[in-house]
Amino acid sequence: MMQVVYEKTKGLTDKQTHYCPGCTHGVIHKLVGEVLVELGVLGKSVGVAPVGCSVLAYDYFNCDMHEAAHGRAPAVATGIKRVLPDHTVFTYQGDGDLASIGTAEIIHAAHRGEKFTTIFVNNAIYGMTGGQMAPTTLIGQKATTSPYGRDKATTGMPLKVSEMMATIDGAAFVERVSVHDVPNIRKAKKAIKKAFQVQIDGTGFGIVEILSNCPTNWGITPVDSLTWLKENMIPYYPLGNFRTPEEGK
Amino acid sequence: MSKTLMKGNEALGAAAIQAGCKYFFGYPITPQNELPEYMSRELPNIEGGAFVQAESEVAAINMIYGAAGAGARCMTSSSSPGMALKQEGISYIAGAELPAVIVNISRGGPGLGGIQPSQADYFQSTRGGGNGDYRHLVYAPATIQEAVDLVMEAFDVADYYRNPVIVIGDGMIGQMMEPVEFKEQKKRELPAKDWATTGTNGERKPNIINSLALDPAELEKHNQKLSRKYKEMEEKEVRHEDYRLEDAELVFVAYGTTSRITRNVVDALRDEGIKVGMIRPITLWPFPMAAIQNVPDSTKALLSVEMSEGQMIDDVKIAIEGRIPAYHYGRSGGMIPVPEDIMEKAKEILGGVK
Repeated sequence: MMQVVYEKTKGLTDKQTHYCPGCTHGVIHKLVGEVLVELGVLGKSVGVAPVGCSVLAYDYFNCDMHEAAHGRAPAVATGIKRVLPDHTVFTYQGDGDLASIGTAEIIHAAHRGEKFTTIFVNNAIYGMTGGQMAPTTLIGQKATTSPYGRDKATTGMPLKVSEMMATIDGAAFVERVSVHDVPNIRKAKKAIKKAFQVQIDGTGFGIVEILSNCPTNWGITPVDSLTWLKENMIPYYPLGNFRTPEEGK
Repeated sequence: MSKTLMKGNEALGAAAIQAGCKYFFGYPITPQNELPEYMSRELPNIEGGAFVQAESEVAAINMIYGAAGAGARCMTSSSSPGMALKQEGISYIAGAELPAVIVNISRGGPGLGGIQPSQADYFQSTRGGGNGDYRHLVYAPATIQEAVDLVMEAFDVADYYRNPVIVIGDGMIGQMMEPVEFKEQKKRELPAKDWATTGTNGERKPNIINSLALDPAELEKHNQKLSRKYKEMEEKEVRHEDYRLEDAELVFVAYGTTSRITRNVVDALRDEGIKVGMIRPITLWPFPMAAIQNVPDSTKALLSVEMSEGQMIDDVKIAIEGRIPAYHYGRSGGMIPVPEDIMEKAKEILGGVK
């Protein structure tokens, strides 16, 4: 007798993704898809894809989707959620999209306490456009527009989005997680689930920053990229919860 | 129904609500502020309605992209520099084929310009201020009553074509008060919004609101589909008014506030025995090409009167194809043409072309 030991979540379509080998976008997509199914909200979910590596995410999530302009996903999600307040709305954004061109939109969506969830994938680089420096690129990290390594004197320090979001009262849930190994992937899923639960409970805006890799543009193997993430990104971007509705209870 | 004395901006808001608009996303900018202010008062009192003051015009138009994609009747408004910021979103809305009504109460430019009435956004409105091959209807009311009627119709037209519709009024239309009547509009047969992202409910394939097509052949096919739609608008939606055209030797072309001044000019010149008339475009795009082409045989010259340094004149020239000389008279920066100056210009032209 054949027995099913693993099944792809119904939260994702059967479409083959375009992501590079070793990229963790696939893992993160899976976590979000699983959470939507487990919370029983897939059928009334509307997602917003960004511009960046995950620009085609609208083909991968098995729910209604919008493809937004670069950085504008939180504004698009605001429009959707105001029309469909009982639906589950989320944005899926990278660091160029959210932390650079879309800073105004993400901050003000959080500030208004918009009741949607943002999955923020931080891999410290512009992936799709070929490895340019992002606001989140680490000091000394080489990118195609920081060929000598990111210089603090001329480009500033990497932007800590979760710490910034934690200062905003409307952001009911803020947590930074990583997907460089299995225990952390499990923690990431828990955080994603909580962030969606906060939305379902109508408490406010939720964001999960997920430290991710880019073997292609970092120029290292997938395995090495996970080690690099652990050894270089986590010391600068500490993991943990920055805001949760349980605070003060 | 009785008439109410209303400020243009507020009347636009009231008309939108009457047309079933429940969602407004805006950002403050003079001289359109009374419109978002009105919506912030009224929409929270409507079941399910929402007003959001966005962090920028860019955010506001993208909220429209979201709300329209979710199937709602929604509106945003702005004024010239703010409209410039909305162009990115308008391009996406056109590309993704979403219905939305966008009001521009325009002011002098370029740059920050001024806050007085202007018609210098003609190019921005009619040429597609955003990227790519797209078009949208542009209604240019000349009275507040017409603004009300056109806004109501604009929602149906937007839904019918799944395309954004711009209603452009210069600052005068937004700021002045006139008596208006909210008449029941003739309804169009509208297709169901089965494309809207209202959740699959596990019963259908996901709906995707999108303007991305990486395959050039697919994108060209999409562009050709859009072009067919724009062609249909050119065939069905052109609107204009002819005024005292018969035996006219000079025909003015003027829209919005300028057409009201020009109407007086036509009457005054006719009183002097000078044969003039006016074509008033009500849709700036599609432009009333045929109306311009069909001026009476008596017409010796065309004169485009605008509150700009010369923008609509381009369309007048395209329409007339060099058969009759076409001139421009304009004031800009918030300066409003006075009848005497327009009359003098008309006399000068007629003296020259005799």
